[in-house]
Amino acid sequence: MVVTKEKTLDNRIKTSKYNILTFLPVNLFEQFQRVANAYFLFLLVLQLIPEISSLSWFTTIVPLVLVLTITAVKDATDDYFRHKSDNQVNNRQAEVLIDGKLQNEKWMNVRPGDIIKLENNKFVAADLLLLSSSEPHGLCYIETAELDGETNLKVRQALPVTSELGADISRLAEFDGVVVCEPPNNKLDKFIGVLLLKDNRYFLNNEKMLLRGCVLRNTEWCFGMVIFAGPDTKLMQNSGRTKFKRTSIDRLMNTLVLWIFGFLICTGIILAIGSSIWEHHVGAHFRIYLYWNDVNSSVFSGFLSFWSYIIILNTVVPISLYVSVEVIRLGHSHFINWDLKMYYPKKDIPAEVRTTTLNEELGQIEYVFSDKTGTITQNIMTFNKCSINGKTYGDVYDDLGRKIEINEKTVPVDFSFNPLADRKYKFYDHSLIESIKLGDPMVHEFFRLLSLCHTVMSEEKNAGELTYQVQSPDEGALVTAARNFGFIFKSRTPETITVEEMGKLVTYQLLAILDFNNIRKRMSVIVQTPDGQIKLYCKGADSILFERLHPSNEELMCLTSNHLEEFAGEGLRTLALAYKNLTEEHFREWFKILQKAYTSLDSRNEHLAAAYEEIERDMMLLGATAVEDKLQEGVRETIASLSLANIKIWVLTGDKQETAMNIGYSCHMLTDAMNEIFIVSGHTVVEVREELRKAKEYLFGRSNDLPNGHVFCEKMQESKQDSVLEETITGDYALVINGHSLAHALEANLENEFLEVACMCKTVICCRVTPLQKAQVVELVKNHRKAITLAIGDGANDISMIKSAHIGVGISGEEGMQAVLASDYSFAQFKYLKRLLLVHGRWSYFRMCKFLCYFFYKNFAFTLVHFWFGFFCGFSAQTVYDQWFITLFNVVYTSLPVLAMGLFDQDVNEQNSMDYAKLYEPGQLNLLFNKRKFFICVAHGIYTSLALFFIPYGAFYNTSGEDGKHIADYQTFAVIVATSLVIVVSVQIILDTSYWTAINRFFILGSIAVYFAILFTMHSGGIFYIFPTHFPYVGNARNSLSQISVWLVILLTTVVSVMPVITFRFLKEDLNPTLTDQVQKMQRARRKQKPLQSHMHRVYRTSSRRSAYAFSHQEGYGELITSGKNMRVNNSHQTSGLARTMHNSISWTENLHEKTPETVNSFRSDRTVKV
Amino acid sequence: MKNKNSQKAEERPSRCPDNSAFKQQRLPAWKPKLTAPTVLSSFFVIGLFCLLVGICLILSARSVKEIQINYSDTCRDCSKLREDSSNWDKECNCSAHFTLQENVTGDVFLYYRLENFYQNHRRYVLSRSDAQLLGQDVNIQNSYCAPFSTYSNGTPMAPCGAIANSMFNDTIHLSYYINSSTAIQVPLLKSGNSWWSDKNVKFRNPSSYNLSSAFAGTARPPYWQKPVYLLDEEDERNNGYINDDFVIWMRVSAFPTFRNVYRRLSPTKQFADGLPAGNYTFHIAYNFPVTKFKGKKQVLLSTITWSGGSNLFLGIAYTVSGAVTVLAGFIITAIHLKFRTKKTYFQRQNPSR
Repeated sequence: MVVTKEKTLDNRIKTSKYNILTFLPVNLFEQFQRVANAYFLFLLVLQLIPEISSLSWFTTIVPLVLVLTITAVKDATDDYFRHKSDNQVNNRQAEVLIDGKLQNEKWMNVRPGDIIKLENNKFVAADLLLLSSSEPHGLCYIETAELDGETNLKVRQALPVTSELGADISRLAEFDGVVVCEPPNNKLDKFIGVLLLKDNRYFLNNEKMLLRGCVLRNTEWCFGMVIFAGPDTKLMQNSGRTKFKRTSIDRLMNTLVLWIFGFLICTGIILAIGSSIWEHHVGAHFRIYLYWNDVNSSVFSGFLSFWSYIIILNTVVPISLYVSVEVIRLGHSHFINWDLKMYYPKKDIPAEVRTTTLNEELGQIEYVFSDKTGTITQNIMTFNKCSINGKTYGDVYDDLGRKIEINEKTVPVDFSFNPLADRKYKFYDHSLIESIKLGDPMVHEFFRLLSLCHTVMSEEKNAGELTYQVQSPDEGALVTAARNFGFIFKSRTPETITVEEMGKLVTYQLLAILDFNNIRKRMSVIVQTPDGQIKLYCKGADSILFERLHPSNEELMCLTSNHLEEFAGEGLRTLALAYKNLTEEHFREWFKILQKAYTSLDSRNEHLAAAYEEIERDMMLLGATAVEDKLQEGVRETIASLSLANIKIWVLTGDKQETAMNIGYSCHMLTDAMNEIFIVSGHTVVEVREELRKAKEYLFGRSNDLPNGHVFCEKMQESKQDSVLEETITGDYALVINGHSLAHALEANLENEFLEVACMCKTVICCRVTPLQKAQVVELVKNHRKAITLAIGDGANDISMIKSAHIGVGISGEEGMQAVLASDYSFAQFKYLKRLLLVHGRWSYFRMCKFLCYFFYKNFAFTLVHFWFGFFCGFSAQTVYDQWFITLFNVVYTSLPVLAMGLFDQDVNEQNSMDYAKLYEPGQLNLLFNKRKFFICVAHGIYTSLALFFIPYGAFYNTSGEDGKHIADYQTFAVIVATSLVIVVSVQIILDTSYWTAINRFFILGSIAVYFAILFTMHSGGIFYIFPTHFPYVGNARNSLSQISVWLVILLTTVVSVMPVITFRFLKEDLNPTLTDQVQKMQRARRKQKPLQSHMHRVYRTSSRRSAYAFSHQEGYGELITSGKNMRVNNSHQTSGLARTMHNSISWTENLHEKTPETVNSFRSDRTVKV
Repeated sequence: MKNKNSQKAEERPSRCPDNSAFKQQRLPAWKPKLTAPTVLSSFFVIGLFCLLVGICLILSARSVKEIQINYSDTCRDCSKLREDSSNWDKECNCSAHFTLQENVTGDVFLYYRLENFYQNHRRYVLSRSDAQLLGQDVNIQNSYCAPFSTYSNGTPMAPCGAIANSMFNDTIHLSYYINSSTAIQVPLLKSGNSWWSDKNVKFRNPSSYNLSSAFAGTARPPYWQKPVYLLDEEDERNNGYINDDFVIWMRVSAFPTFRNVYRRLSPTKQFADGLPAGNYTFHIAYNFPVTKFKGKKQVLLSTITWSGGSNLFLGIAYTVSGAVTVLAGFIITAIHLKFRTKKTYFQRQNPSR
């Protein structure tokens, strides 16, 4: 067998960057691509030129090597883990047919053309062409949640010609088909190919394909041929490229570093000009003492002095800045990893930081893009409440008749009377079971309906071990509920349904299934009871069903409708249930119509629909069900807190509009209190534009009189007034947009309009979106809004979005790990997002900003002293400090206190961080570190450097020490300025640190102690005797620091440098306190005030009527059942008239596929275009 | 497979993070805050302290007595002569008179002061060999001494480098007129004026049985009139590299204007308490040219106090800072009492919505 493709690749997945050999060169190359590292390399080269070397080479090489090593070690560990996870995936076992035998083979060794055997509940290893399966007719079921987030099972069917191969290994081994197909692409719902087998051509489409990332369900085994492997698979093609993520602070820092370079060059030029002038006026005459043979021109001396100054002033961009930033981020990452409150004990999953360089951006998030299934919801449906004949069940009341919250202590209904009950199912209202036991006929009918009207398949492997194969989780929930309440659906054939009703086995004749579809929004079954009565059972959307009720139901309808509203208000997914008794004649009459509709050649579907419509009327209302699509724990609170923090949450889901909106309601992203919910679901550009335009008109009001959305949009962008406009919007709006509309909305000419409307809305829900669209939406907001985005998801369909957002979060713990592998952060529960952002993110941002402010301040104060000194030393690039001090200042003397601040500082404690979500806003507005703050820090640094230089200068100008000896000598001056500097910056960090742990105390005091210890060591005789040229400061510290006047100078310098800062800070806090200050004050006062959160309103009751109908069902299963194709052969010989004859003529699969016309059409039209 | 996994999970230690104060960021901590009482009291305390120190410093600086004579102006002829380097071997003597109106008591130091002499220029500062000055036998060719390292014939200079070469070589004597006609030499000490660590640690003569042999094979720096082992022929412990004048000169100054100790008054006989009032004359052998680079030379007599010399800057700076701090304290108090926002953030937020 041959697969024609440009290249054949194996199934190996590679996300790692280096191997042992390439690590050093590639890593070094990458590191030197960083402007800063390249700059320091350049400096090092400069320092090796003796004419301009104003500093010894070791002042640069020591930190540079340190930086490079630390970064390299970090990169190496990161890559090691990537290798590990690659290996884990690559080494998964697959059964591959090799040499006529099934052999275990690693995933990575699977190649296109190989035949693989898959077993139930296993991940599909590569994109496969389904050849045969254990189920009849080569059917197999897959779950594509990993791919598109849809949770209902999908059917794939092999070609008849291949399905007959079965599990016959030898015949499979001889299989010699040739597949010609399209090149690898990222379209998940489309595949075009041709199988050439024994001179026959068979067309292949997506229905024959099993894509990597899917899970095989309800199918014992299947065989498939690998078409695409590894990076060619649709999953991988969809995952997008791994981008190197940088935080906004990183980008700002790069800009600032460039500015600083500019500043450096400016100061260099000023000093170089000074040098030229000095050389001309003074230096030239001074040459009797300072002989200078080489240089005659004063301009050239200025040129040399420029480079010398570039070298000594380089410390304004300290190399240790980058290392320190990395260390702080690593520390913050560990704090996240270690956080007990983000640890999920049930699954033993702690939070994990997978990209350690993004932490502070967690404090700046403005938009959160969330997947729905598995992220916000648990993907578990439970039958939660119901309304039967005007009475609700499901709420628990205490003795006084008050509704009580259901918690773990509430006693669930005991289903032990029922041996077949599902143990996991819990129901708390005991009155329902009592009604059943009392034999309330309506209640019985209700559950009978649930046990009959569905398309579930059952399997009873051993007695009492009943398992259901469900196409949609909603149905599963309903049938399971009926099962637990004693109406156990046991088995079905194409013509019968067997139900155990309160311990009594009853077999119903299944006369017809009136299948579900999105337009009908209901499904019905017509059954004949053993006593010959014909009954129609119908379940569907209340709005649809209520129109088709018998007029006598008015009162009950009213009551039920109230109940439905109540359920909907709680975010439950509701279905209304009804039945109808049919006479035999009536049915036979109608059946003729139906058969006619079936056999009609054109517009069969319409005829069918009309036939269904005919019988589904004048029904009797039974009641309604309410299924809870279980939210993950704490989702509502999390979303509420994040909204309070001004974070906009967009839900992007592959699921249906109804389902998505329903979840929107249940997690209070959508409320009935909202002014308007715009739903965009147009199929063409024109429709979508019209819908968006209407929404905008509504938003901005007609008074704005906008002639053309486009012009307006451009104007708005030009004048940048959207923020002003945004404020004029009052009220809450929501936007719900469908995938097909989104495709148009994301086109270049509409995207601005879309974005504009979307950003005005409090909630945006995009449903039916493809993974790529998710990424596009994220990109759109990211690029046009300049906002920091976060994407959170759990499945493979979220990978592209996770990768394109500034920060990607993966929900770990479910089977698929791809989202987690692509993410930057992962944890087990959506609710941890709140803590990640509001506590860790906020702290990280706060700490990082404080750190950067201090760092720039410190280095400007440190370095600019050289600049002032330049005016007094003939612009000769003489350093103020000892070279050792310059080497060690950033690395040893001042690194640890600021690191400790950057790691441990807290302005407000974690509880208040979460309670006062408003505290998050400074990060979004980028208030704590921006260009303005940077200039303030720099100005502060310059001021300090002035004090540091001129106070000692004034004090020691032309004077002598208290012993009459030297005090104004260069070395003493160097020691005094250095000591003052260390003390001033230490006092400054003391002022800046707001959270003094023992570590901070230790580091600050320790740093000062270490400074003096090193100072005295380096100025000691012993070390001088060993290296006289390197430690010429012998005896200096002792002589100068023993003088009172020196200490007085240091003290004055400190006072002068620090007092203005205190004044400024105090006044700012006193006159214009920020929320942080207030909370701090409160925290100190320990007043037990109620947190802001209490303002959060929890409106459950709704005034407007809203249907919460949502049903994740796919049509076509009705026919699948009545045709009997998906049932074991031994079942299907129990024949009987009606249904069987009816459907024999029709290939049900064809029908099934026709329901997804896009696929088939595209296949047909593309068929001629052979690849 | 699933079973295996779950078994593995049981075997694997729990991934639950430690509940330690450090890992949970719950380390006990102080949370200092700039509150009104602390800030205001610190302003007043610091301000008053600075004022006090400033006043003390000013008083002590004013108690210093200082006589300063700019002899590069006084001895203009000599200055002229020295501008032409061809006259280097011509002697030029000069004297400067001054009168003390009252006794100068205490330790009296004689300084020379140079102006516009860039001892702190990078190339100047570098131009020395500490190893050589430590008496080690080093190849000064490799040091920063160039071009003052060796003569063209290869003889190394001892000491090498621009600093040593440019050593201040005027000789100054002070005489006191007991009466209008008789003058006596004021006894001045030429050693003990440098730092102990410099003299005993940083500088050492090469070891040999005598100094001249120790420096055999080396030559004096070009501007010197005599070799290094003849700097003080009277005192063996003040000769060679450990000569005080040399040691002091080698400690380069931080600024182009500086003073170095030249001599110290020997408190003997009538000078036991310092310099008595009367007439004095400096006798100066003018060797060191300064006018060529627009420099100035001064000779200075000064007493010292606990705060050093006569510099008023520190005292004034302290007084001003103290005054400003106290003033700021008052202003801040006023602002605090008058304009402080009494509203809280929450209250401000509510009415708008």
